[in-house]
Amino acid sequence: MTEVRADPAGVSAGPAPAGVHAGASVPAEPAEPTAPSSLAVASSGLTKRFRGGQVAVDHIDLAVPRGSVYGFLGPNGSGKTTTIRMLLGLAFPTSGSAELLGVPMPAGAVRVLPRVGSLIEGPAFYPFLNGRDNLARCDAADRTADPRTAPARINQALERVGLLAAAKKRYRNYSLGMKQRLAIAAGLLVPRELIVLDEPTNGLDPQGTREVRGLIREIAASGITVFVSSHLLAEVEQVCSHVGVMRTGRLVFQGRLEELRRTGAARIRIETAEPAAAAAVLERLGLADPQVAGNEVSAQLADDQPERVCAELVKAGVGVRGLAVVSPSLEELFVGLTGEGFDVDG
Amino acid sequence: MAESSVPRASVAGAPMAGAPAAQAVPAGAGTAAGLGHDRPVRAWLRFFRSELRLVFGRRRNQALLAVVGAFPIVIGIGLRIAVHDRSGGGGGGGGGLAFVDQLAGNGVFLSFIALTLLLTLVMPLAVAVVAGDSIAGEAGYGTLRYLLAVPAGRMRILAVKYAVVVVFAIAVAFVVAAVALATGAALFPIGPVTLLSGTTVPLAEGMLRLVFVTLFVAAAMASLGAIGLAISTLTEHAIGAIAALAIIVVASQVADTVPQFAVIHPYLPTHWWNSFDSLLRAPIDTGVLLRGLLSFGVYLVIFSSFAWARFTTADVTS
Repeated sequence: MTEVRADPAGVSAGPAPAGVHAGASVPAEPAEPTAPSSLAVASSGLTKRFRGGQVAVDHIDLAVPRGSVYGFLGPNGSGKTTTIRMLLGLAFPTSGSAELLGVPMPAGAVRVLPRVGSLIEGPAFYPFLNGRDNLARCDAADRTADPRTAPARINQALERVGLLAAAKKRYRNYSLGMKQRLAIAAGLLVPRELIVLDEPTNGLDPQGTREVRGLIREIAASGITVFVSSHLLAEVEQVCSHVGVMRTGRLVFQGRLEELRRTGAARIRIETAEPAAAAAVLERLGLADPQVAGNEVSAQLADDQPERVCAELVKAGVGVRGLAVVSPSLEELFVGLTGEGFDVDG
Repeated sequence: MAESSVPRASVAGAPMAGAPAAQAVPAGAGTAAGLGHDRPVRAWLRFFRSELRLVFGRRRNQALLAVVGAFPIVIGIGLRIAVHDRSGGGGGGGGGLAFVDQLAGNGVFLSFIALTLLLTLVMPLAVAVVAGDSIAGEAGYGTLRYLLAVPAGRMRILAVKYAVVVVFAIAVAFVVAAVALATGAALFPIGPVTLLSGTTVPLAEGMLRLVFVTLFVAAAMASLGAIGLAISTLTEHAIGAIAALAIIVVASQVADTVPQFAVIHPYLPTHWWNSFDSLLRAPIDTGVLLRGLLSFGVYLVIFSSFAWARFTTADVTS
């Protein structure tokens, strides 16, 4: 966690970016210190306004703890890719700042990017080269990579993603899943501290999706921070420890996955022959948002214990056929944060 | 795909069965950066070699060189037939084409004829393909974003790309000159070279002059390559950059033939391309040659600066 201090280039551990934890609705990591070195990715007021005036990314304050698997979620067009492009120095922010592994971007790109592997908006290689030659090309462009170990490292990366057998096949003839895996192999050519994966499961069949998830698990198990974006919560929820949720360029939630779960208020649902009377009891108890639907009455369960509600119902003489406490699923919470369907907000 | 036990922060260097060189791979994440910093020149050369392989190993570019190289052979055969007919039938002159009258006496002149003819379109087009493709092609494939994320460095990408465009320009010029020389030697007599000014110089000196002529043409093509590089930073459609550069070449050559535009002629990018004939006179008119080289240099500086300004500040969205 303190390796950044040992950086030979002498990265000054600058002041913590103002408001790293401020903008989000939930502090990212209340237990952890806020020193920049504890964050693999940090941004402060990061904003991108396109020439047309459209604000793609609107003052987002990312805080990705080292060693976490951070799911960067949001519908298509919510600004995830633009954010990733700014983090990696491909696009320049209109305002605000970003740091990778404690090094400011894009100014420190040459220093920090060798320690960051990435898959940005799908794989992209030369179609007329084979898999191995494509990786050799990536490696040759990296001024920090040792050419003597290149063949061995390329072999290992290919083996790791299961492409060794297809190494001599031209990229043009790869299946989509193989292309995706080659891109991940490129991210694993040299030892990394952070891997950024933008929609790694895009266009993959369920089998391919599961393979990528397995790779993410393996990468994370080796101590590397993983920053993975997706428009589908279900695809990453099993592997993520933290999530950030984007909606039309804004970060509407950031924190541990459990914290997202906790934000959803549980509801109490009562099955009864006397819904009106039951609703009256719930209202008297001060439960929010009481709803009656046929023989079912429900309301938000704040801190009230369901046992107390049940006792009150019985005391009021309401016959209770069934009682249940229902927590919203992550998917429901996610949809609640981002809106229904694709591109809801244009 | 289950969780495997991989040592911390050494994914790429994880020792695996059947990977004997694994020990040589740096194990700590901290050593990843800084390895190449002590040998920046080697890192540059490695990237340059990779780019060379990419451009010269690509079949399209190999075909391009082959086609360019085929032209002098066709021209040589055509002129051999024409010269033969004329000596038999006693026909007219060289049809206005420079150097043709000299060709019958000396095959070396086929090189100058081929360079003159192919400079009008074939050679600029070949250079346009590689120069226009340089950045736009990478953007089109999407590989540009990965080169930047490596990070290859924007300045470094541009420098290496242009260096290889220059190598390709030199290759195009020398392929034309060499194939034409070989064809000329096969189809026509070879001997001491009679220059345009009437002086005769030994064959060796004629060869030396041919090398300088070819270098001058390569310089012209390299300056064209700089314009192509600049255009290439503006688009992610390589074909658009290639077409734009071809249009510039044709437009410039057309403008160069219109007498009313005489004022701007010296400033046109193609105006000095054929000035290499100064090298075939005694004494050599160095003034013209230097003005030509100055023109190439100015175009190179202006357009490579433009490419640099654009490429180091633009968002890469491809």
